[in-house]
Amino acid sequence: MTGYTDTEMMALAAGRLIKDGDIVFAGTGVSMLAATTAKRIYAPGAVFFFETGGIDPDLRELPMTVGDPRVMSGTSINTGLIDALSLLGHRKLRTIALLGTAQIDRYGNLNTTSLGDYHRPATRFPGSGGACDAASCASGVISFVKHEKRRFVEKLDYLTSVGWYRGGDSRRRLGLPRGGPIAVVTNLGVMKFDDPTKEMYLACRYPGVPVETILENTGFPVDVSRAVETEPPSAEELKILRDEVDPQRLILQ
Amino acid sequence: MSDIDDKLMSPADAVRRFIENGAQVSLGGFTINRNPMAVACEIARQGVRDLHLVCHSHGQALDLLIGAGCVSRLELAYGGNGRYAPTCIRFRDAVENNKILFEDYSNYQMSLRFLAGALGVSYIPSKSGLGSDVIRLEGFPPGIRKERNVASKKVVVAQNPFSNDDDPVVLLPALTPDVALVHAQYVGDDGTVRITGLSFADIEQAKSADVVIVSCEEIVPRSVIRRDPDANSLPPFLVDAIVHAPHGAHPTACYGFYDYDPGHLNLYRVAAGDDENWRAYLEKWIYGVPSHEAYLEKIGDTVLRALRADPERGYAVGLDRK
Repeated sequence: MTGYTDTEMMALAAGRLIKDGDIVFAGTGVSMLAATTAKRIYAPGAVFFFETGGIDPDLRELPMTVGDPRVMSGTSINTGLIDALSLLGHRKLRTIALLGTAQIDRYGNLNTTSLGDYHRPATRFPGSGGACDAASCASGVISFVKHEKRRFVEKLDYLTSVGWYRGGDSRRRLGLPRGGPIAVVTNLGVMKFDDPTKEMYLACRYPGVPVETILENTGFPVDVSRAVETEPPSAEELKILRDEVDPQRLILQ
Repeated sequence: MSDIDDKLMSPADAVRRFIENGAQVSLGGFTINRNPMAVACEIARQGVRDLHLVCHSHGQALDLLIGAGCVSRLELAYGGNGRYAPTCIRFRDAVENNKILFEDYSNYQMSLRFLAGALGVSYIPSKSGLGSDVIRLEGFPPGIRKERNVASKKVVVAQNPFSNDDDPVVLLPALTPDVALVHAQYVGDDGTVRITGLSFADIEQAKSADVVIVSCEEIVPRSVIRRDPDANSLPPFLVDAIVHAPHGAHPTACYGFYDYDPGHLNLYRVAAGDDENWRAYLEKWIYGVPSHEAYLEKIGDTVLRALRADPERGYAVGLDRK
Protein backbone atom coordinates (compact mmCIF):
# COMPACT_ATOMS: atom_id res chain seq x y z
CA MET A 1 0.00 0.00 0.00
CA THR A 2 1.73 3.13 -1.15
CA GLY A 3 0.62 6.55 -2.24
CA TYR A 4 -2.14 7.11 0.34
CA THR A 5 -2.68 6.84 4.07
CA ASP A 6 -5.08 4.77 6.18
CA THR A 7 -7.17 7.82 7.05
CA GLU A 8 -7.45 8.82 3.39
CA MET A 9 -8.63 5.35 2.40
CA MET A 10 -11.15 5.28 5.28
CA ALA A 11 -12.62 8.66 4.33
CA LEU A 12 -12.95 7.62 0.68
CA ALA A 13 -14.30 4.13 1.46
CA ALA A 14 -17.01 5.66 3.65
CA GLY A 15 -17.69 8.48 1.23
CA ARG A 16 -18.32 5.92 -1.53
CA LEU A 17 -21.13 4.39 0.57
CA ILE A 18 -23.10 7.67 0.55
CA LYS A 19 -25.54 8.34 -2.28
CA ASP A 20 -27.41 11.38 -3.57
CA GLY A 21 -30.64 11.73 -1.65
CA ASP A 22 -29.24 10.28 1.59
CA ILE A 23 -29.80 12.28 4.77
CA VAL A 24 -26.56 11.91 6.66
CA PHE A 25 -25.79 12.65 10.32
CA ALA A 26 -22.06 13.09 10.89
CA GLY A 27 -20.10 12.97 14.13
CA THR A 28 -16.65 14.34 14.97
CA GLY A 29 -13.34 13.11 13.47
CA VAL A 30 -13.11 10.80 10.44
CA SER A 31 -16.92 10.98 10.18
CA MET A 32 -16.59 14.68 9.40
CA LEU A 33 -13.95 13.98 6.78
CA ALA A 34 -16.11 11.31 5.13
CA ALA A 35 -19.13 13.63 5.10
CA THR A 36 -17.25 16.55 3.56
CA THR A 37 -15.60 14.23 1.03
CA ALA A 38 -18.92 12.66 0.03
CA LYS A 39 -20.42 16.12 -0.48
CA ARG A 40 -17.55 17.09 -2.82
CA ILE A 41 -17.13 13.86 -4.77
CA TYR A 42 -19.81 11.20 -4.53
CA ALA A 43 -23.06 12.69 -3.38
CA PRO A 44 -23.44 16.44 -3.87
CA GLY A 45 -27.19 15.82 -3.61
CA ALA A 46 -26.96 14.26 -0.15
CA VAL A 47 -28.00 16.35 2.85
CA PHE A 48 -25.64 16.46 5.82
CA PHE A 49 -26.68 17.50 9.28
CA PHE A 50 -25.16 17.67 12.74
CA GLU A 51 -26.47 16.95 16.23
CA THR A 52 -25.74 20.53 17.24
CA GLY A 53 -28.54 21.70 14.93
CA GLY A 54 -26.88 22.72 11.63
CA ILE A 55 -28.92 21.37 8.72
CA ASP A 56 -27.28 21.15 5.27
CA PRO A 57 -24.31 23.55 5.69
CA ASP A 58 -22.28 24.39 2.59
CA LEU A 59 -19.15 22.75 4.08
CA ARG A 60 -16.85 25.16 2.23
CA GLU A 61 -14.31 24.60 5.02
CA LEU A 62 -13.96 21.32 6.90
CA PRO A 63 -15.62 21.50 10.33
CA MET A 64 -13.27 20.11 12.96
CA THR A 65 -16.08 18.98 15.25
CA VAL A 66 -19.87 19.12 15.31
CA GLY A 67 -19.55 22.26 17.46
CA ASP A 68 -17.51 24.11 14.83
CA PRO A 69 -19.06 27.37 13.53
CA ARG A 70 -18.54 25.86 10.05
CA VAL A 71 -21.56 23.57 10.62
CA MET A 72 -23.74 26.71 11.00
CA SER A 73 -22.62 28.41 7.82
CA GLY A 74 -24.59 28.33 4.58
CA THR A 75 -27.22 26.05 6.13
CA SER A 76 -30.89 25.74 5.21
CA ILE A 77 -31.78 26.18 8.88
CA ASN A 78 -29.92 26.56 12.14
CA THR A 79 -31.69 24.88 15.04
CA GLY A 80 -30.54 23.14 18.24
CA LEU A 81 -29.95 19.70 19.70
CA ILE A 82 -33.55 18.64 20.21
CA ASP A 83 -34.57 19.57 16.66
CA ALA A 84 -31.55 17.90 15.10
CA LEU A 85 -31.66 14.73 17.19
CA SER A 86 -35.40 14.32 16.65
CA LEU A 87 -34.79 14.33 12.88
CA LEU A 88 -32.60 11.23 13.27
CA GLY A 89 -35.57 9.03 14.07
CA HIS A 90 -38.21 10.91 12.11
CA ARG A 91 -40.61 8.41 10.58
CA LYS A 92 -40.61 10.15 7.17
CA LEU A 93 -36.84 10.14 6.80
CA ARG A 94 -34.20 7.56 5.96
CA THR A 95 -31.19 8.76 7.91
CA ILE A 96 -27.63 7.42 7.98
CA ALA A 97 -25.31 8.20 10.89
CA LEU A 98 -21.51 8.29 10.64
CA LEU A 99 -19.92 7.49 14.01
CA GLY A 100 -16.37 6.96 15.23
CA THR A 101 -15.70 4.46 18.01
CA ALA A 102 -12.96 3.18 20.30
CA GLN A 103 -14.29 -0.40 20.57
CA ILE A 104 -16.72 -2.52 18.54
CA ASP A 105 -18.09 -6.05 18.89
CA ARG A 106 -19.27 -8.54 16.26
CA TYR A 107 -22.80 -7.10 16.27
CA GLY A 108 -21.63 -3.55 15.71
CA ASN A 109 -22.29 -2.31 19.26
CA LEU A 110 -19.97 0.62 20.08
CA ASN A 111 -18.02 1.88 23.07
CA THR A 112 -16.94 5.54 23.24
CA THR A 113 -17.16 5.86 27.03
CA SER A 114 -14.37 4.04 28.86
CA LEU A 115 -12.04 1.06 29.26
CA GLY A 116 -12.00 -0.95 32.47
CA ASP A 117 -14.45 -0.39 35.32
CA TYR A 118 -16.97 2.31 34.45
CA HIS A 119 -16.72 4.04 37.83
CA ARG A 120 -12.92 4.06 37.98
CA PRO A 121 -11.84 3.56 34.36
CA ALA A 122 -8.32 2.77 33.16
CA THR A 123 -9.04 5.08 30.22
CA ARG A 124 -11.86 7.56 29.95
CA PHE A 125 -13.09 8.60 26.48
CA PRO A 126 -15.37 11.59 25.80
CA GLY A 127 -18.64 9.66 26.19
CA SER A 128 -21.76 9.21 24.08
CA GLY A 129 -22.37 12.72 22.80
CA GLY A 130 -25.07 12.06 20.21
CA ALA A 131 -23.76 8.58 19.30
CA CYS A 132 -26.12 6.63 21.57
CA ASP A 133 -29.01 8.66 20.12
CA ALA A 134 -27.93 8.11 16.52
CA ALA A 135 -27.42 4.39 17.11
CA SER A 136 -30.90 4.14 18.69
CA CYS A 137 -32.85 6.23 16.20
CA ALA A 138 -31.16 6.50 12.76
CA SER A 139 -32.15 4.20 9.90
CA GLY A 140 -28.57 2.98 9.61
CA VAL A 141 -25.09 3.49 11.08
CA ILE A 142 -21.68 3.50 9.40
CA SER A 143 -18.91 3.39 11.99
CA PHE A 144 -15.16 4.05 11.86
CA VAL A 145 -12.52 2.24 13.85
CA LYS A 146 -8.88 1.34 13.53
CA HIS A 147 -8.55 -2.38 12.85
CA GLU A 148 -6.85 -3.72 15.98
CA LYS A 149 -7.56 -6.71 18.21
CA ARG A 150 -7.98 -4.50 21.27
CA ARG A 151 -10.71 -2.56 19.44
CA PHE A 152 -12.52 -5.49 17.72
CA VAL A 153 -13.44 -7.29 20.93
CA GLU A 154 -15.65 -10.19 22.07
CA LYS A 155 -17.13 -8.03 24.81
CA LEU A 156 -17.21 -4.25 25.06
CA ASP A 157 -16.00 -2.64 28.30
CA TYR A 158 -19.06 -0.34 28.08
CA LEU A 159 -21.92 -0.45 25.57
CA THR A 160 -22.48 3.21 24.65
CA SER A 161 -24.33 2.79 21.36
CA VAL A 162 -26.50 -0.17 20.44
CA GLY A 163 -25.90 -1.90 17.12
CA TRP A 164 -27.49 -5.26 16.35
CA TYR A 165 -27.27 -5.85 20.15
CA ARG A 166 -26.97 -9.65 20.54
CA GLY A 167 -27.72 -10.47 16.91
CA GLY A 168 -30.81 -11.87 15.19
CA ASP A 169 -33.90 -9.83 16.04
CA SER A 170 -32.63 -8.82 19.51
CA ARG A 171 -32.40 -5.15 18.51
CA ARG A 172 -36.06 -5.04 17.53
CA ARG A 173 -37.02 -6.85 20.74
CA LEU A 174 -35.27 -4.11 22.76
CA GLY A 175 -37.92 -1.74 21.43
CA LEU A 176 -35.87 -0.29 18.58
CA PRO A 177 -37.96 -1.11 15.52
CA ARG A 178 -35.65 0.43 12.93
CA GLY A 179 -31.99 1.09 12.28
CA GLY A 180 -28.87 -0.92 13.02
CA PRO A 181 -25.32 -0.95 11.66
CA ILE A 182 -24.82 -0.98 7.88
CA ALA A 183 -21.03 -1.01 7.62
CA VAL A 184 -17.82 -0.66 9.61
CA VAL A 185 -15.04 1.18 7.82
CA THR A 186 -11.55 0.35 9.09
CA ASN A 187 -8.01 1.03 7.92
CA LEU A 188 -7.90 -2.48 6.39
CA GLY A 189 -11.32 -2.93 4.80
CA VAL A 190 -15.08 -2.63 5.12
CA MET A 191 -17.16 -4.99 7.25
CA LYS A 192 -20.89 -5.56 6.80
CA PHE A 193 -23.52 -7.61 8.64
CA ASP A 194 -25.15 -10.92 7.70
CA ASP A 195 -28.85 -11.70 7.68
CA PRO A 196 -30.43 -13.04 9.79
CA THR A 197 -27.60 -13.52 12.33
CA LYS A 198 -26.46 -9.85 12.13
CA GLU A 199 -22.87 -10.98 12.64
CA MET A 200 -20.06 -8.96 11.11
CA TYR A 201 -18.34 -10.28 7.95
CA LEU A 202 -15.61 -8.90 5.73
CA ALA A 203 -17.22 -7.33 2.65
CA CYS A 204 -14.11 -5.84 1.12
CA ARG A 205 -10.42 -5.41 1.82
CA TYR A 206 -8.30 -2.55 0.64
CA PRO A 207 -5.79 -3.07 -2.19
CA GLY A 208 -2.87 -5.21 -1.08
CA VAL A 209 -4.31 -6.11 2.34
CA PRO A 210 -4.29 -9.91 2.83
CA VAL A 211 -7.30 -11.44 4.62
CA GLU A 212 -4.83 -12.92 7.14
CA THR A 213 -3.96 -9.42 8.33
CA ILE A 214 -7.63 -8.71 8.92
CA LEU A 215 -8.14 -11.99 10.79
CA GLU A 216 -5.08 -11.33 12.94
CA ASN A 217 -6.41 -7.92 13.91
CA THR A 218 -9.98 -8.95 14.72
CA GLY A 219 -10.64 -10.20 18.25
CA PHE A 220 -13.45 -12.57 17.21
CA PRO A 221 -14.01 -15.03 14.35
CA VAL A 222 -15.12 -13.33 11.16
CA ASP A 223 -16.18 -14.71 7.76
CA VAL A 224 -13.78 -13.49 5.07
CA SER A 225 -14.93 -15.82 2.29
CA ARG A 226 -16.91 -13.18 0.39
CA ALA A 227 -14.37 -10.36 0.55
CA VAL A 228 -13.60 -8.52 -2.65
CA GLU A 229 -10.72 -6.12 -3.19
CA THR A 230 -11.70 -2.42 -3.18
CA GLU A 231 -10.72 -0.03 -5.91
CA PRO A 232 -7.69 2.00 -4.83
CA PRO A 233 -8.19 5.75 -4.50
CA SER A 234 -7.91 7.56 -7.83
CA ALA A 235 -5.56 10.50 -8.26
CA GLU A 236 -8.62 12.73 -8.57
CA GLU A 237 -10.16 11.49 -5.30
CA LEU A 238 -6.90 12.03 -3.43
CA LYS A 239 -6.44 15.49 -4.94
CA ILE A 240 -9.90 16.63 -3.81
CA LEU A 241 -9.45 15.10 -0.37
CA ARG A 242 -6.02 16.67 0.21
CA ASP A 243 -6.34 20.00 -1.58
CA GLU A 244 -10.00 20.89 -1.09
CA VAL A 245 -11.44 18.95 1.85
CA ASP A 246 -8.60 19.03 4.39
CA PRO A 247 -5.74 21.20 3.09
CA GLN A 248 -4.63 21.97 6.68
CA ARG A 249 -4.51 18.25 7.64
CA LEU A 250 -6.82 18.84 10.58
CA ILE A 251 -8.12 15.28 10.50
CA LEU A 252 -6.19 13.66 7.63
CA GLN A 253 -3.06 11.82 8.61
CA MET B 1 -31.16 54.82 31.86
CA SER B 2 -32.35 51.54 30.47
CA ASP B 3 -34.63 48.69 31.59
CA ILE B 4 -31.70 46.51 32.60
CA ASP B 5 -29.80 48.72 35.02
CA ASP B 6 -30.65 46.42 37.92
CA LYS B 7 -29.55 43.31 35.99
CA LEU B 8 -26.41 44.61 34.35
CA MET B 9 -23.33 43.59 36.36
CA SER B 10 -19.73 42.47 36.16
CA PRO B 11 -18.88 38.75 36.01
CA ALA B 12 -17.52 39.09 39.56
CA ASP B 13 -20.81 40.49 40.89
CA ALA B 14 -22.89 37.91 39.00
CA VAL B 15 -20.88 35.04 40.49
CA ARG B 16 -20.84 36.53 44.01
CA ARG B 17 -24.56 37.17 43.95
CA PHE B 18 -25.88 34.02 42.29
CA ILE B 19 -23.43 31.11 42.47
CA GLU B 20 -23.03 29.48 45.86
CA ASN B 21 -20.83 26.57 46.81
CA GLY B 22 -22.68 23.36 45.94
CA ALA B 23 -24.95 24.98 43.33
CA GLN B 24 -26.20 23.00 40.36
CA VAL B 25 -25.08 24.87 37.24
CA SER B 26 -25.83 24.19 33.57
CA LEU B 27 -23.25 25.18 30.98
CA GLY B 28 -24.41 26.67 27.69
CA GLY B 29 -22.59 26.29 24.40
CA PHE B 30 -21.08 23.10 22.97
CA THR B 31 -17.47 21.76 23.00
CA ILE B 32 -15.51 24.54 21.23
CA ASN B 33 -18.41 26.93 20.73
CA ARG B 34 -20.04 29.71 22.75
CA ASN B 35 -18.85 28.51 26.16
CA PRO B 36 -19.65 31.04 28.92
CA MET B 37 -15.93 31.54 29.58
CA ALA B 38 -15.94 35.01 31.13
CA VAL B 39 -18.27 33.81 33.89
CA ALA B 40 -16.60 30.38 34.18
CA CYS B 41 -13.18 32.02 34.66
CA GLU B 42 -14.68 34.21 37.37
CA ILE B 43 -16.14 31.15 39.14
CA ALA B 44 -12.64 29.66 39.17
CA ARG B 45 -11.11 32.98 40.28
CA GLN B 46 -13.49 33.25 43.23
CA GLY B 47 -12.78 29.65 44.20
CA VAL B 48 -16.39 28.44 44.23
CA ARG B 49 -16.48 24.80 45.37
CA ASP B 50 -18.55 21.62 45.01
CA LEU B 51 -20.47 22.66 41.91
CA HIS B 52 -22.78 20.07 40.37
CA LEU B 53 -22.40 20.67 36.63
CA VAL B 54 -25.06 19.54 34.16
CA CYS B 55 -24.40 19.71 30.41
CA HIS B 56 -24.68 17.78 27.15
CA SER B 57 -21.45 17.88 25.11
CA HIS B 58 -19.05 20.28 26.64
CA GLY B 59 -15.44 21.30 26.36
CA GLN B 60 -13.57 24.30 27.57
CA ALA B 61 -15.65 25.67 30.47
CA LEU B 62 -16.26 22.13 31.73
CA ASP B 63 -12.57 21.29 31.70
CA LEU B 64 -11.46 24.56 33.25
CA LEU B 65 -13.95 24.32 36.14
CA ILE B 66 -13.03 20.70 36.86
CA GLY B 67 -9.31 21.48 36.64
CA ALA B 68 -9.68 24.45 38.98
CA GLY B 69 -11.24 22.20 41.61
CA CYS B 70 -14.69 23.84 41.48
CA VAL B 71 -16.65 20.67 40.64
CA SER B 72 -17.59 17.67 42.74
CA ARG B 73 -20.47 16.24 40.64
CA LEU B 74 -21.05 16.08 36.93
CA GLU B 75 -23.85 14.86 34.66
CA LEU B 76 -22.83 14.98 31.02
CA ALA B 77 -22.99 13.38 27.59
CA TYR B 78 -19.51 14.19 26.30
CA GLY B 79 -16.30 15.95 27.28
CA GLY B 80 -14.09 16.79 24.30
CA ASN B 81 -12.56 19.61 22.29
CA GLY B 82 -11.91 18.08 18.85
CA ARG B 83 -8.27 17.82 17.81
CA TYR B 84 -7.18 20.02 20.73
CA ALA B 85 -8.42 17.50 23.28
CA PRO B 86 -10.26 14.44 21.87
CA THR B 87 -11.18 13.76 25.52
CA CYS B 88 -11.11 16.82 27.79
CA ILE B 89 -7.89 16.52 29.75
CA ARG B 90 -8.68 17.63 33.31
CA PHE B 91 -12.08 15.92 33.00
CA ARG B 92 -10.32 12.69 32.09
CA ASP B 93 -7.89 13.06 34.97
CA ALA B 94 -10.74 13.69 37.42
CA VAL B 95 -12.73 10.64 36.27
CA GLU B 96 -9.78 8.24 36.07
CA ASN B 97 -8.50 9.30 39.49
CA ASN B 98 -11.81 9.33 41.34
CA LYS B 99 -11.81 13.08 42.00
CA ILE B 100 -15.45 13.69 41.04
CA LEU B 101 -18.75 11.82 40.92
CA PHE B 102 -20.09 11.52 37.40
CA GLU B 103 -23.07 10.17 35.52
CA ASP B 104 -23.25 9.63 31.75
CA TYR B 105 -26.22 10.37 29.56
CA SER B 106 -26.51 11.08 25.79
CA ASN B 107 -26.93 14.47 24.13
CA TYR B 108 -30.58 13.89 23.33
CA GLN B 109 -31.26 12.62 26.85
CA MET B 110 -29.60 15.62 28.51
CA SER B 111 -31.36 18.08 26.19
CA LEU B 112 -34.72 16.43 26.84
CA ARG B 113 -34.07 16.55 30.59
CA PHE B 114 -33.62 20.34 30.35
CA LEU B 115 -36.76 20.55 28.23
CA ALA B 116 -38.70 18.60 30.89
CA GLY B 117 -37.47 21.06 33.51
CA ALA B 118 -38.56 23.94 31.29
CA LEU B 119 -41.97 22.34 30.73
CA GLY B 120 -42.50 21.79 34.45
CA VAL B 121 -42.95 18.02 34.14
CA SER B 122 -40.97 15.65 36.34
CA TYR B 123 -39.81 13.30 33.56
CA ILE B 124 -39.87 12.87 29.81
CA PRO B 125 -39.91 9.73 27.61
CA SER B 126 -37.54 8.85 24.79
CA LYS B 127 -36.57 5.80 22.76
CA SER B 128 -32.91 6.70 22.91
CA GLY B 129 -30.55 4.42 24.81
CA LEU B 130 -32.61 1.20 25.05
CA GLY B 131 -30.22 -1.73 25.53
CA SER B 132 -27.19 0.47 26.26
CA ASP B 133 -25.03 0.78 29.35
CA VAL B 134 -25.97 4.46 29.35
CA ILE B 135 -29.29 3.39 30.84
CA ARG B 136 -28.09 0.20 32.58
CA LEU B 137 -25.28 1.65 34.71
CA GLU B 138 -25.79 4.34 37.33
CA GLY B 139 -22.86 6.68 37.84
CA PHE B 140 -23.82 8.36 41.11
CA PRO B 141 -23.70 6.28 44.32
CA PRO B 142 -27.05 5.43 46.00
CA GLY B 143 -26.09 7.58 49.03
CA ILE B 144 -26.65 10.88 47.22
CA ARG B 145 -29.89 9.90 45.47
CA LYS B 146 -32.06 11.50 48.13
CA GLU B 147 -30.38 14.89 47.93
CA ARG B 148 -31.98 17.95 46.38
CA ASN B 149 -31.36 18.20 42.64
CA VAL B 150 -30.21 14.58 42.33
CA ALA B 151 -32.65 12.24 40.58
CA SER B 152 -33.84 9.31 42.72
CA LYS B 153 -32.92 7.02 39.82
CA LYS B 154 -30.83 7.68 36.71
CA VAL B 155 -33.58 6.49 34.33
CA VAL B 156 -36.60 4.17 34.35
CA VAL B 157 -37.48 1.87 31.46
CA ALA B 158 -41.27 1.56 31.28
CA GLN B 159 -43.94 0.32 28.92
CA ASN B 160 -45.88 2.80 26.81
CA PRO B 161 -49.07 3.14 28.89
CA PHE B 162 -51.15 3.94 25.77
CA SER B 163 -50.44 0.64 24.07
CA ASN B 164 -51.07 -3.03 24.74
CA ASP B 165 -48.16 -3.95 22.50
CA ASP B 166 -44.62 -4.30 23.80
CA ASP B 167 -43.28 -0.76 23.47
CA PRO B 168 -40.57 0.11 26.02
CA VAL B 169 -39.56 3.74 26.56
CA VAL B 170 -36.81 5.37 28.59
CA LEU B 171 -38.12 7.82 31.21
CA LEU B 172 -35.61 10.59 31.91
CA PRO B 173 -35.74 12.72 35.09
CA ALA B 174 -36.17 16.47 34.59
CA LEU B 175 -33.33 18.88 35.35
CA THR B 176 -33.99 22.13 37.20
CA PRO B 177 -30.55 23.67 37.76
CA ASP B 178 -30.01 26.47 40.27
CA VAL B 179 -28.22 28.53 37.67
CA ALA B 180 -27.93 28.46 33.86
CA LEU B 181 -24.92 30.12 32.21
CA VAL B 182 -25.49 31.32 28.66
CA HIS B 183 -23.20 33.31 26.39
CA ALA B 184 -25.17 35.09 23.65
CA GLN B 185 -24.26 37.39 20.80
CA TYR B 186 -26.73 40.15 21.70
CA VAL B 187 -28.81 41.42 24.57
CA GLY B 188 -31.13 44.37 24.07
CA ASP B 189 -31.18 47.17 26.61
CA ASP B 190 -34.68 45.90 27.35
CA GLY B 191 -33.17 42.51 28.38
CA THR B 192 -34.19 40.51 25.30
CA VAL B 193 -31.60 37.84 24.40
CA ARG B 194 -30.56 36.85 20.88
CA ILE B 195 -28.39 33.84 20.10
CA THR B 196 -27.30 33.59 16.46
CA GLY B 197 -26.00 30.49 14.68
CA LEU B 198 -26.97 27.36 16.60
CA SER B 199 -28.71 27.63 19.96
CA PHE B 200 -27.64 24.07 21.03
CA ALA B 201 -29.79 23.49 24.16
CA ASP B 202 -29.18 26.93 25.66
CA ILE B 203 -32.81 28.02 25.49
CA GLU B 204 -34.07 24.85 27.22
CA GLN B 205 -31.31 25.19 29.81
CA ALA B 206 -32.24 28.81 30.55
CA LYS B 207 -35.94 27.97 30.82
CA SER B 208 -35.25 25.06 33.20
CA ALA B 209 -33.12 27.05 35.67
CA ASP B 210 -33.98 29.13 38.74
CA VAL B 211 -31.45 31.83 37.85
CA VAL B 212 -30.21 32.74 34.37
CA ILE B 213 -26.92 34.58 33.85
CA VAL B 214 -26.44 35.78 30.27
CA SER B 215 -23.11 37.18 29.14
CA CYS B 216 -23.03 38.79 25.71
CA GLU B 217 -20.87 40.28 23.00
CA GLU B 218 -22.98 43.39 22.50
CA ILE B 219 -25.73 45.30 24.24
CA VAL B 220 -27.93 46.90 21.62
CA PRO B 221 -30.84 49.35 21.82
CA ARG B 222 -34.35 48.01 22.32
CA SER B 223 -35.34 49.43 18.95
CA VAL B 224 -32.67 47.29 17.27
CA ILE B 225 -33.39 43.97 19.00
CA ARG B 226 -37.16 44.39 18.51
CA ARG B 227 -36.84 45.12 14.81
CA ASP B 228 -36.52 41.39 14.12
CA PRO B 229 -38.19 39.60 17.05
CA ASP B 230 -38.41 36.32 15.08
CA ALA B 231 -34.66 35.99 15.62
CA ASN B 232 -34.76 36.40 19.41
CA SER B 233 -34.17 33.61 21.91
CA LEU B 234 -35.33 34.63 25.41
CA PRO B 235 -37.64 37.35 26.76
CA PRO B 236 -36.27 39.78 29.38
CA PHE B 237 -38.24 38.41 32.33
CA LEU B 238 -36.42 35.05 32.24
CA VAL B 239 -33.02 36.68 32.67
CA ASP B 240 -31.63 37.57 36.10
CA ALA B 241 -28.15 38.88 35.34
CA ILE B 242 -26.66 40.41 32.21
CA VAL B 243 -22.90 40.58 31.80
CA HIS B 244 -21.41 42.60 28.97
CA ALA B 245 -18.35 40.53 28.03
CA PRO B 246 -16.97 41.03 24.51
CA HIS B 247 -14.93 37.94 23.52
CA GLY B 248 -16.63 36.32 26.50
CA ALA B 249 -16.49 32.86 24.89
CA HIS B 250 -12.76 32.94 24.14
CA PRO B 251 -10.95 30.55 23.46
CA THR B 252 -14.15 28.95 22.07
CA ALA B 253 -15.97 30.36 19.04
CA CYS B 254 -18.88 32.77 18.87
CA TYR B 255 -20.65 32.55 15.51
CA GLY B 256 -20.62 35.82 13.60
CA PHE B 257 -18.07 37.38 15.98
CA TYR B 258 -14.97 35.18 16.20
CA ASP B 259 -13.59 31.70 15.66
CA TYR B 260 -12.12 29.34 18.24
CA ASP B 261 -8.50 30.13 19.10
CA PRO B 262 -6.25 27.24 17.97
CA GLY B 263 -3.17 28.88 19.51
CA HIS B 264 -4.71 29.10 22.96
CA LEU B 265 -6.40 25.69 22.77
CA ASN B 266 -3.03 24.12 21.88
CA LEU B 267 -1.38 25.98 24.74
CA TYR B 268 -4.16 24.77 27.03
CA ARG B 269 -3.70 21.17 25.87
CA VAL B 270 -0.02 21.20 26.77
CA ALA B 271 -0.67 22.89 30.12
CA ALA B 272 -3.55 20.61 31.11
CA GLY B 273 -1.54 17.46 30.46
CA ASP B 274 0.76 17.98 33.43
CA ASP B 275 -0.11 18.95 37.02
CA GLU B 276 2.67 21.47 37.42
CA ASN B 277 2.05 23.15 34.06
CA TRP B 278 -1.62 23.18 34.87
CA ARG B 279 -1.09 25.11 38.11
CA ALA B 280 1.04 27.57 36.15
CA TYR B 281 -1.72 27.97 33.57
CA LEU B 282 -4.32 28.74 36.25
CA GLU B 283 -1.96 31.21 37.87
CA LYS B 284 -1.16 32.97 34.61
CA TRP B 285 -4.57 33.05 32.92
CA ILE B 286 -7.09 32.94 35.79
CA TYR B 287 -5.83 33.84 39.27
CA GLY B 288 -3.18 36.25 38.02
CA VAL B 289 -5.63 38.40 36.03
CA PRO B 290 -8.17 40.44 37.99
CA SER B 291 -10.91 40.64 35.34
CA HIS B 292 -12.15 39.62 31.92
CA GLU B 293 -10.76 42.87 30.47
CA ALA B 294 -7.32 42.09 31.87
CA TYR B 295 -7.57 38.57 30.42
CA LEU B 296 -8.31 39.97 26.97
CA GLU B 297 -5.43 42.38 27.24
CA LYS B 298 -3.17 39.44 27.98
CA ILE B 299 -4.49 37.50 24.96
CA GLY B 300 -3.73 40.57 22.86
CA ASP B 301 -5.29 42.42 19.96
CA THR B 302 -3.23 40.66 17.31
CA VAL B 303 -4.65 37.27 18.28
CA LEU B 304 -8.20 38.55 18.64
CA ARG B 305 -8.04 40.27 15.24
CA ALA B 306 -6.92 37.05 13.52
CA LEU B 307 -9.95 35.23 14.96
CA ARG B 308 -12.49 37.79 13.74
CA ALA B 309 -15.36 36.15 11.84
CA ASP B 310 -16.18 36.88 8.25
CA PRO B 311 -19.60 38.60 8.44
CA GLU B 312 -21.11 36.42 5.74
CA ARG B 313 -19.62 33.06 6.72
CA GLY B 314 -19.70 33.49 10.51
CA TYR B 315 -16.17 32.13 11.08
CA ALA B 316 -12.59 33.23 10.32
CA VAL B 317 -12.10 32.14 6.71
CA GLY B 318 -8.77 30.39 6.13
CA LEU B 319 -7.75 30.55 9.80
CA ASP B 320 -4.78 28.29 10.56
CA ARG B 321 -6.51 25.73 12.76
CA LYS B 322 -3.65 23.26 13.26
